[in-house]
Amino acid sequence: METLLPLLLIVAKSLLLIILGLTAIAYYLLADRKIWAAVMLRKGPNVVGPWGIWQSFADMIKFMVKEPIIPTTANKGVFMIAPLVTAALALSAWAVIPVNDGWAIANLNVGILYIFAISSLGVYGIIMGGWASNSKYPFLSALRSAAQMVSYEVSIGFVIITVLLCAGSLNLNDIVKAQDTQWGMLGWYWLPLFPMFVIFFISALAETNRPPFDLVEAESELVAGFMVEYSSAPYLLFMLGEYVAIITMCALLVILFCGGWLPPFHNEYLDQVPGVIWFVLKLTWFFFLFAMVKAFVPRYRYDQLMRLGWKVFLPLSLAAVILVAGVLQFAGFAAQ
Amino acid sequence: MSVATAFFYLFSIITIASAAMVIVGRNPVHSVLFLILAFVSAAGLFVLTGAEFLAMLLVVVYVGAVMVLFLFVVMMLDVDFAQLQKTVGKYLPVGGLITLVVLAELVLVVGSWNVAPESVLSTPTPAGLSNTAALGQVLYTQYAYLFQAAGLVLLTAMIGAIVLTLHHRPNVKRQDISAQNARTRATAIENKHVPSRTGVPVP
Amino acid sequence: MSVLNDYLPLVIFIAIATVLSGALLVAPFILAHKAPDAEKLSAYECGFNAFDDARMKFDVRFYLVSLLFIIFDLEVAFLFPWAVAFRAIGPFGFWSMMLFLGVLTVGFVYEWKKGALEWD
Repeated sequence: METLLPLLLIVAKSLLLIILGLTAIAYYLLADRKIWAAVMLRKGPNVVGPWGIWQSFADMIKFMVKEPIIPTTANKGVFMIAPLVTAALALSAWAVIPVNDGWAIANLNVGILYIFAISSLGVYGIIMGGWASNSKYPFLSALRSAAQMVSYEVSIGFVIITVLLCAGSLNLNDIVKAQDTQWGMLGWYWLPLFPMFVIFFISALAETNRPPFDLVEAESELVAGFMVEYSSAPYLLFMLGEYVAIITMCALLVILFCGGWLPPFHNEYLDQVPGVIWFVLKLTWFFFLFAMVKAFVPRYRYDQLMRLGWKVFLPLSLAAVILVAGVLQFAGFAAQ
Repeated sequence: MSVATAFFYLFSIITIASAAMVIVGRNPVHSVLFLILAFVSAAGLFVLTGAEFLAMLLVVVYVGAVMVLFLFVVMMLDVDFAQLQKTVGKYLPVGGLITLVVLAELVLVVGSWNVAPESVLSTPTPAGLSNTAALGQVLYTQYAYLFQAAGLVLLTAMIGAIVLTLHHRPNVKRQDISAQNARTRATAIENKHVPSRTGVPVP
Repeated sequence: MSVLNDYLPLVIFIAIATVLSGALLVAPFILAHKAPDAEKLSAYECGFNAFDDARMKFDVRFYLVSLLFIIFDLEVAFLFPWAVAFRAIGPFGFWSMMLFLGVLTVGFVYEWKKGALEWD
């Protein structure tokens, strides 16, 4: 009984996080569509419930009762596993994200490396889906996305290194705590590492296949990319995985650069607010930026995308690693 | 049986079973996917021994990078593997013989090992230090030569990859962004007076 | 053993996430009305019947990109423990890494000059 109780507690916590997370995703998805619509002077979804607040749930039910189609030429096993891999992997990243001091399902010593690993696996859902469909558009899309995601992962890695140099730990909890200085939000890493912050934001867009880097599903060329042959719940899982990955990237931006659950300034009032509220507020702000970028930035061309990743971000972030390390080494911070 | 032991057997069985599937699988892409599964469960085994940094690195480097390359190669080669499968019977006796020889050698070598009874397995993590920090404190100072050698190996790999695979297509129009930005009205536009009924020569 | 205590919740979380995703995946196969026909189940190719198998040979450039990625990914992997132990290993550790990065920068410059980073 003594061993079972903490086990049940973990299960309950995990279920709570996943269910709350998925509900939040439903509203983030709605917010995405509403923001996009507002930029285009449309109303967006507004029929299901007041201001369309039940739209995502209606969509989900509809996905569940739609006919699932598996093409006859497809490789059926891999075809079905691909969306499962995408969704399960994307959700798995949330096990280590601390939404408040110590509020993570698993407080790993190598938390940031775990998220880096999970995000590097994200490419498999797309490759598997694109290959298993045995159709031309998905196959081309899988190739494109593999090369794209791989290219931007390098600069994400270097950017993470610059943060680690300042924080000195791979534990996400410790990274946030290292930003807790007397200067409040001016002590968070977005200010000293501002160029890295920008590179990370743009690379996160590319890594999650968001516009302007959504060449994977560029509808004018590839119809819907690797998802062409998918319908019903498998399609839903791809969408879900994509949005969970976006939220994870927003959470990483919050943790690495914007002080996680810390209030912008320490005073007696702001310290009263629970950390999780600050975390969600910051996360929502980054999601808003993601949505705005989608609304008003035109899509890149593939050669431009590769050029930006390999010839701009990679040398810049590599130089930044050397610069940050040099400053820490010679300005005396290393002695701390 | 503790939870850790149960997980050890779970991960071991998955590793071995998926490694077997890599060999017997008919479709090469399936083989690569099983290899990925084998690597992930091997990462689980690393975690069980306390080497969490190596576990994550195995996933990042092997699964996240090397396996993408494998998938590309397997997808690109487009070899008729069904045809290859038919000839497998021809090589079975020789392959079986080699397997037996290697197995016998392994039994001879491992069987003659004497583990000192008083020796204790050194823990991967010293007390009060995380796994990664412990690695970092020796890798760049105590083992600096090996570290630099690794750098040279990577340099060789980089040059080798380019020498082997790079070939430029002729007549490709490339975008030169600095040239585009350097264009001004003066360099891009020329006003010409066009006389009536004669026109201007097109360059 | 404290390491393993951190990982048990992780395994449970991943298991729950997988089971939930799996439940979502099979739900329409149970719930939905199915009326398949040959056209519906054929691969999409803008209204044509598929001309041939979709898996074709593709440009070697993708292969080069993933090769270069492996090398830079390994470089990043070497940087992780260095960043964590940065304050403990002193100037020698710093210069050791600078030399390593210098060697790889030579490779990067070679790559750039050879035009391996051009996409055409």
